[in-house]
Amino acid sequence: MRLRVNGQDHDVDVPEDMPLLWVLRDVLSLTGTKFGCGMAQCGACTVHIGDGPARSCVLPVGAVGDRAVTTIEGLSAGGIHPVQQAWIDEDVVQCGYCQPGQVMAAAALLKAKAQPTDADIDAALSANLCRCGTYQRIRAAVHRAAGQTGGRS
Amino acid sequence: MSASGIDRRTFLRTSAQAAGGLTIAFYAGPLPLRAQEGPPAAAARPLPDPNAFLRIAPDGTVTVVLAHAEMGQGMWTGLVMLLAEELDLDWSKLRVEHAPVAAAYAHPFFGIQMTGGSTSIASEFDRYRQVGAMARTLLIQAAAQKWNVPAADCRVEKGEVVAGTSRAGFGELAAAAAALPRPTQVTLEPPSSWRVIGQPHKRLDSAAKVTGRADFGMDVHFPGLHTALVARSPYFGGKVKRFDGAAALKVRGVKAVVQVPSGIAVVAENFWAAKLGRAALDVEWDPGDGGAIDTTDMARSYRALAAQPGGVKAKAAGDPAAAMKTAAHVVEAEYDLPYLAHAPMEPLNCTVRITADKCEIWTGTQLQTVDQGTAAQITGLKPEQVEIHTQFLGGGFGRRATPTSDFVREGVEVAKAANLPVKTVWTREDDIRGGYYRPQYFHKVKVGLDAKGAPVAWQHTLVGQSFLIGTPFEGMVKNGVDPTAVEGVFDSAYLADVPNHLVEHHAPKSPVTTLWWRSVGHSHSGFVMETLMDELAKAAGQDPLAYRRARLAKHPRHLAALELAAAKAGWGTPPPRGRFRGLAVHESFNSYVAQVAEVSVDRGAIRVHRVVCAIDCGTAVNPAGVVAQLESAVVFGLSAALHGEITLRQGRVQQSNFHDYRPLRLHEMPVVDVHIVPSTERPSGVGEPGVPPIAPAVANAVFAATGQRLRRLPLRLA
Repeated sequence: MRLRVNGQDHDVDVPEDMPLLWVLRDVLSLTGTKFGCGMAQCGACTVHIGDGPARSCVLPVGAVGDRAVTTIEGLSAGGIHPVQQAWIDEDVVQCGYCQPGQVMAAAALLKAKAQPTDADIDAALSANLCRCGTYQRIRAAVHRAAGQTGGRS
Repeated sequence: MSASGIDRRTFLRTSAQAAGGLTIAFYAGPLPLRAQEGPPAAAARPLPDPNAFLRIAPDGTVTVVLAHAEMGQGMWTGLVMLLAEELDLDWSKLRVEHAPVAAAYAHPFFGIQMTGGSTSIASEFDRYRQVGAMARTLLIQAAAQKWNVPAADCRVEKGEVVAGTSRAGFGELAAAAAALPRPTQVTLEPPSSWRVIGQPHKRLDSAAKVTGRADFGMDVHFPGLHTALVARSPYFGGKVKRFDGAAALKVRGVKAVVQVPSGIAVVAENFWAAKLGRAALDVEWDPGDGGAIDTTDMARSYRALAAQPGGVKAKAAGDPAAAMKTAAHVVEAEYDLPYLAHAPMEPLNCTVRITADKCEIWTGTQLQTVDQGTAAQITGLKPEQVEIHTQFLGGGFGRRATPTSDFVREGVEVAKAANLPVKTVWTREDDIRGGYYRPQYFHKVKVGLDAKGAPVAWQHTLVGQSFLIGTPFEGMVKNGVDPTAVEGVFDSAYLADVPNHLVEHHAPKSPVTTLWWRSVGHSHSGFVMETLMDELAKAAGQDPLAYRRARLAKHPRHLAALELAAAKAGWGTPPPRGRFRGLAVHESFNSYVAQVAEVSVDRGAIRVHRVVCAIDCGTAVNPAGVVAQLESAVVFGLSAALHGEITLRQGRVQQSNFHDYRPLRLHEMPVVDVHIVPSTERPSGVGEPGVPPIAPAVANAVFAATGQRLRRLPLRLA
């Protein structure tokens, strides 16, 4: 089957029901996308399908079709994405395991809504767990990436 | 430090030989839990081997080697800051890496290579600065000889040695510096000259972690590596009675089905095949003693046990029974606390490759020395033939520091049985149901107050499993007292001033495995002591803050944290409409944390809006890191206070994943406001001390809101 990931086509010989997550990690060695729960409860496996966020741990690779997959490795070609820069500036990360998923979810939110409110951020990112508790900084970093200062709209 | 870097193989050979002996010494020796009890004064120690901690390449790249694992707590930054205080680095030429397992990296307090107990900065405060100072001294000497000027005329500046108009990068000087005799003593910069310590520093691992480039144990991959999932007994202590792997072997990608001591491993080309293969296994289990465990029954039996004499006396003074009879008021209370899973975001995993003369392990671990000894034992290799490549830990919270090396042991067993390089991966369900929980606890307390409300008699019985007795860490048990069970009670500042008191601990046995969980015994004792303090204040008719002030009059560090948090939270002023405040202060890991929680209750739902924290952790080496850890601790503690509970029925764990073992989510996040008490004391713990006060602060606020005194976690309104 042919899969388009980060702008490149890959021919992969895998069962159709294999979740996209494991195709990315175990077949394509794109390990930036993380395994956390396996049932779309934590968001560590968030990638973009087209422009929208998707939980790759429950998405059978056969359902992707010819839609473009973007992973954390491909979020920003040859540079750092404004969301990633905002994460660095707000000193968000701790253990960091959930953060690729958080960044992907935030980048998708900003693509859909350039000026999100706190309620928008809650709605888009409450599905992404962080056991280190970096939520306060995640919120601030999303506002920063949106060019908002103060952060409480 | 040398131009070519440390000769890694020679170094590993010599130091790992010592590691074998270290393990034994460690097993026999007691561990100081509290800094003031144990660690020898820094001055008494020989200077560290700088080559173990620092390499300088000819291009000027400086590599700092970390004896402690980065698990989110910020050692990737904090330890580097300590070194950089003495050796002014060009931060753009900095590399950081985890140390191999070797004696040189033994924890200065504990004597083995490990990360835990909120001690990384506290224990390394001298060693990493000494390494920096030794390197500075040698680089300056090398430059002085090169330029034929007095060493006193040279200084270091951003990765260079400078004297007058002469400049040379560390890389140019490293080879000459390495050939010089090492200094036998160094003078550390006095606090008045500190440029790095005490200044907020952004994390050094952010870029790698936000781009997906940071390698966790889960991300290890190399040609020929297989993935295994293990079917483990659904009952604690259960055993395989019979199994048939034929159907599993038919799954595409499954390579082998092997029995290991912990269960049946399905080894496959990738995770998904291993998962399907495991699901196809036919296994019959002998439940053993764990087959009937019911946590509700356990709570009942713990309650009965708490009423019985015969616990181990952890602390006693005066005659509490007699004094109780003369008390003006008596307050009695009982507390129930559940098993808790650590549930780090990165599920447990361990990659192992065994060859004729070597066992290589890639994993995120907090306990390298013990893991090394375990792997040596299983493979029949010598400890020095076991290499551990510590990866970033996707959260630890204590779960990756198991005295039994459970997940590393299993990983080595699987690779050995399969005769293949294997990454053994736990699913989230395996993790939530896999034990090594914070033990379930029961506290029974009776306090007698005098006419002014001061406690004069205190009887306190704790019931809960010990996870030290019978393990390599048994040396921490002193006179039968497991300090990890009774800490926060027997060493409480409140108790110290009560003339008649008795603290007893019953340690029932259970097949359910238990372990330290961020803040250890304080995770339950903090809740008990600080909600009880509110009850006593109420019985005495006093304000909770005023009542604690009176109790803590001789404890200035508790008081300073309490006063700072109260002032910043506006204690005594009306809270926003519909909100109620509760406070708590607790000492743990030699640090003092006070928190004020602002809470509302709507139709039985508790919402935490704001938490104001004050911490006295001695010298705050990286204030930015301290703030982040307090935010983190509040979330970790709130997750448990509001949602966290592992229960068993008929021997089976009822929770399985994040839908029924719920960590806090973004929409539940309060505003957390952190203040640091200025201090010139040596650094003390930061990662854990923020956890204990949050549950009681919230429970006390809930009492203020509803009049309901909640003595069970997670908090549930009637």
